[in-house]
Amino acid sequence: MSLVGVMGAVFNLNHPAHTVDWSFIHLSVANVVVIGLMFVVFFLAILLPFPGAAGRAAARRGGGAS
Amino acid sequence: MSAAPTTPPRTPSKSWTVKVREKGVEALPPERLLPDGQPTYVASWIYVFGVASIASLIVIIGSGSILALKGPAWWHETGVGHFFNSIHMWSVELFFFVMVVHLWGKYWMASWRGGRGRVWVTGAITFLVAVPAALTGYVSQQNFDAQWISTQAKDAMNSVGVGSFFNLTNFGQMYSYHILLLPIAVVALVSLHVLLVRRNGVVPPFEIDSRKAALASAATSPGAGGAPPPSPPSPSQTSTGGQS
Repeated sequence: MSLVGVMGAVFNLNHPAHTVDWSFIHLSVANVVVIGLMFVVFFLAILLPFPGAAGRAAARRGGGAS
Repeated sequence: MSAAPTTPPRTPSKSWTVKVREKGVEALPPERLLPDGQPTYVASWIYVFGVASIASLIVIIGSGSILALKGPAWWHETGVGHFFNSIHMWSVELFFFVMVVHLWGKYWMASWRGGRGRVWVTGAITFLVAVPAALTGYVSQQNFDAQWISTQAKDAMNSVGVGSFFNLTNFGQMYSYHILLLPIAVVALVSLHVLLVRRNGVVPPFEIDSRKAALASAATSPGAGGAPPPSPPSPSQTSTGGQS
């Protein structure tokens, strides 16, 4: 079976799009997933430490520049 | 003993090229235009999404240029054409993804502070111009998807009164918008946005602790009506590099 056939078996797209409806809000599930991922990435970007950031801050406090 | 050489006093040039150059260097000195360091607070993931947007835009422009050169038959009927078509579409998805996270980050840190209003406005306009740039791309695909989107979107355009000069069902007009007019606008706005960031420096984070202390002292001092919280430091006060 070709790769396209395998993917088609996993993700059956041969139907109308699934949607989320709430009052006037009408979103496809695919778009809801993307919006959710954006929130996840946004909060991870705030919470996760940046590599080397602590060392640079310590060097600055100690009078050094990085 | 020889006399020191004297240089004649410089007369102001009337050449417009000299005036433009002097104004440009005054507004953006080379060390500010191309810095070799950034403020310490920039070492955070939330500051990554602006340059990620630019990286996505470069991929969009590159893949789109190849698609424009090869044409619809190539991107519909060959394997390599499908590949570049997908690269173009997914780089657009990534562009909007990281641009929205960039927008959220800058909104919540009020990045218009410290005289950076034009930086914020050019970024917001870039987002608004990028939306029709993507829409005209979706209707330029030359397939049933494009046909469906164009016939649906034309009603939206007609409802707001712009359908007479922005006709979603006119492929030639949409294609011209998509590969020439709107990309030029997006690239120009992004360039202006980056130059303004270079000129004004990256917005610093809120000094939450100092604000808390100021508010606490204002609340405990007798007869105080509440002193305004101190402004965050300018980038030059916290910079460790040549950014600001």
